[in-house]
Amino acid sequence: MQTKHPLFVAQDGYRLRRAKDAARLLPVLGAILILMPILWGGGATRLGIVFVFAVWSGLIIGAFFLSRRLKNSDANPAKDTSTGAGNGPV
Amino acid sequence: MVPFNLLVIVCLLYVGLLFLVAYAAEKRAQQGRIGWLRSPLVYTLSLSVYCTAWTFYGAVGYAARSGLEFVTIYLGPTLVMVGWWWALRKLVRIGRTQRITSIADLISSRYGKSNSLGVIVTMMAVIGTTPYIALQLQSVSLSFAVFASDQPLNPNLPDLNATALWVAAGLAFFTIIFGTRSLDANERHHGVVTAIALEAVVKLAALLAVGTFVVWGVADGPIDILDRIEASPIAIWDIQPDRWITLTFLAAVAFMCLPRMFQVLVVENVSERHLATASWAFPLYLLLMSLFVVPIAVVGLSTLPAGTNPDLFVLTVPLAFDAGGLAMLSFLGGFSSATSMVIVAAIAISTMVSNHIVMPIWLSLRGEGATMSGDVRQIVLLSRRVSIGAVLALGYLYFRFSGGGTALAAIGLISFTGVVQVFPALIGGIFWRGSTRIGAAGGLITGFTVWAYTMFIPSFGEGFIMSAAMLADGPWGIDWLRPHGLFGIDGLDPLVHAVFWSMALNTLVFIGGSLLSFPNPLERLQGAQFVNVFEHSDAGRGWFGRAAEAEDLLVMAQRIMGPEQAQALFQSESNAQGREGYLPDATPDFIEKLERELTGSVGSATAHAMLGQIIGGSSVSVHDLMAVADETAQMLEYSSQLESKSQELARTARQLRDANQKLKELSVQKDAFLSQISHELRTPMTSIRAFSEILMDGSGRNQKDHQKYSSIIHDETIRLTRLLDDLLDLSVLENGQVTLNYVTANLSEVLERAIAAVASSEVGYDIKINRDTNSENVMVETDTDRLRQVFINLITNAGKYCDAGDPKLEIRVNTKTGFLQIDFVDNGCGIPKKSQELIFEKFSRLSDQASAGGAGLGLAICREIMHRLGGNISYLPGQGRTAFRVTMPQRRALEKAAE
Repeated sequence: MQTKHPLFVAQDGYRLRRAKDAARLLPVLGAILILMPILWGGGATRLGIVFVFAVWSGLIIGAFFLSRRLKNSDANPAKDTSTGAGNGPV
Repeated sequence: MVPFNLLVIVCLLYVGLLFLVAYAAEKRAQQGRIGWLRSPLVYTLSLSVYCTAWTFYGAVGYAARSGLEFVTIYLGPTLVMVGWWWALRKLVRIGRTQRITSIADLISSRYGKSNSLGVIVTMMAVIGTTPYIALQLQSVSLSFAVFASDQPLNPNLPDLNATALWVAAGLAFFTIIFGTRSLDANERHHGVVTAIALEAVVKLAALLAVGTFVVWGVADGPIDILDRIEASPIAIWDIQPDRWITLTFLAAVAFMCLPRMFQVLVVENVSERHLATASWAFPLYLLLMSLFVVPIAVVGLSTLPAGTNPDLFVLTVPLAFDAGGLAMLSFLGGFSSATSMVIVAAIAISTMVSNHIVMPIWLSLRGEGATMSGDVRQIVLLSRRVSIGAVLALGYLYFRFSGGGTALAAIGLISFTGVVQVFPALIGGIFWRGSTRIGAAGGLITGFTVWAYTMFIPSFGEGFIMSAAMLADGPWGIDWLRPHGLFGIDGLDPLVHAVFWSMALNTLVFIGGSLLSFPNPLERLQGAQFVNVFEHSDAGRGWFGRAAEAEDLLVMAQRIMGPEQAQALFQSESNAQGREGYLPDATPDFIEKLERELTGSVGSATAHAMLGQIIGGSSVSVHDLMAVADETAQMLEYSSQLESKSQELARTARQLRDANQKLKELSVQKDAFLSQISHELRTPMTSIRAFSEILMDGSGRNQKDHQKYSSIIHDETIRLTRLLDDLLDLSVLENGQVTLNYVTANLSEVLERAIAAVASSEVGYDIKINRDTNSENVMVETDTDRLRQVFINLITNAGKYCDAGDPKLEIRVNTKTGFLQIDFVDNGCGIPKKSQELIFEKFSRLSDQASAGGAGLGLAICREIMHRLGGNISYLPGQGRTAFRVTMPQRRALEKAAE
């Protein structure tokens, strides 16, 4: 049977779900920001560099916090499979 | 100036170090001490095979030519990594559960383990990767030439080809040694990955060192650099929206689809947690790699003489400022970039070629199947080694014959566009269950053809396959088929044109083909497992019920996995089944598990085909699929049945509890009634006895006393008779022995007579009765005597029990279709909720009011009468007053008539 997701969860679970939402939305936000320069048509390269690297750093920082939050969230049934053939995920 | 010989020695030492590191890592892994070999850091660094020599040298050249546009190549992958929760996490999970060995294997496995799809993807990968490998060889040769030539700024070395040949041979050697050591365990290559992680550090360090040198050594810090940018030819950022969007998209998609990226991202992944770390760490790596690209380009443009090849600024800028050591480091960085890409690409491609091309051919040539003699393992390894050699040879030949003059970035983008044709089939495969093999194959072929026509073949220039006239006017002068202006749409940038049309047509055919075709059962099974990988990470059943000889399976498994591993696997399964020895029952589950193990070695299609040869026939039919679905449905049904049963039980238990409670109360009431009735019977009896004794005495009594006493006796006997009559009446009604005399009468008359009867009785209750004679004027067919009895009882009750100072009774009649509602509402205080159920029971009385004088049978009789008449009487709650409702049919019911 498929796992049933409860409709309402306690606060921890709630925060985790929102972190997952944020993880899904972050690349969308990133894409929008990266495409922004089109709107003002480039301009000076030095300003462009500052903008691009600022957005880039922001994405990295956002991803850093989200990955810390989400790293242990997903129960990972498969164990380390790097040794031998017999203990792989089946 | 660094002497060329010193450079060669340093380079050889570096290569020796790589060999040592790879060897040590393999050794450690063999001893089972994985530890840091498989840390998130190593995983992140191994992803840096994305940054090839194209990045290392080419990005600066790109920036020198078109300014900031080069960052799109890194922003795309950044978005994909940051969005790991969408696609990469799913890809990695699928790769791990399905034991995917390459991107061709993923596509083939998803679409029903179809080998033809595997072949298509493999061919595309080979064609798309060869120019890229050539590009790496070219950049290494060029960088050697920079040091060897007298004019480092514009190297022109006659034996460029020889250098490339040596590099290619060395890389093939390294890859064969460390890339094909074993077939086992999901194709993980500890030695190679560790060496690549080291190379990743070297290339980052080199680029950062050159960047630091440029910013703080040549210029006076970041502010000065920004000023220099302002003064340089690329001061104005002339953004081209179409190219900006297309390149970002292309880089993002290629990051997932490139065979070498798939290899390090999915196949070599050990844990999904590593992906979480890489989601920010790899974008950070990319940011650092591109941080100094523009500064180096600007300084190169301003300090080096015009005409210098900007693709080599990373090397030539330090050389121009006489920083020999730095140039050497930079050279090693470029060397690392090129070699790591070639090694991983060769491993990925050779796995595909051997699993999807060589093995199927070999299997079909040996028609008897996989059970005959011969070590399959050696064949697989040999085919991989040969494939690695062939891939590098192809790269070398491409380099040799293309002349190597083109700008690096152009080749890179051509290769990217070819490889991303897998994207629709890949994404559709993991998110859309409806995508089919036909659609995927159609989309792949369409996209690839369009790519070849609009981009790949024209890149060789005029005269190669396509004539100048064909390029300009289209084949046979058909304007709509011009390679750079399909469908007559002109003015697009050639790259945007090729990417747009190839992806659009590819996706269109993929979706259309999927919608129109019908997948076979295995496709549907695999589709469900890929798309819903997070719901059920366990293996789905692909084999049903067919018996296979365990011995045959063992023979085959030994040949692919090697005797030791195969025997260990069989033995552990045997133990798990509770048997001794090496031969377990060949259950479907075990065959499934075995197939998965073999998939890790030879790919899903080959493993499936080999098992199919032993087991015979196709593995899964529509019938089997239905059986699986049925099982699930049955389980669901059982559980819902159980649920409803338990609910029903709870309901019954509650009813029983209620009934029990009622019985208890009734029992208490009955006891009370018994004492009451004894009292009721005893009181008249006592007076009858007393007065009859007086009469018996006869003496000293006058006529008047006689009369008085006998009238008391008479009254008391009437009271007794009435009580006994009631009891008898009820018992007759309850046993159904009553005979009803149906007549048609006016309800108003019945009520009139009932009220008159109450008024004329000796008790003569003082209650005011409100009636609505209009609504009462209905004809009913009923037993009027019995009905009147009910009305009398209700009116009497109202008179008896109404506790209001000024008692009033309201009688309301409602005519509904076919039946009547007659409500008796007085202005008393109502009946408490807990008593509402009890008042209709026999012998129930709410109070001990002696004045009531009844035996508690009235309402019970009323209810019996109404049931006999086909109606009902009930207490009407929620009126704020005492209210009873009599419901009765207007006509005699048919079944009653039949009785």
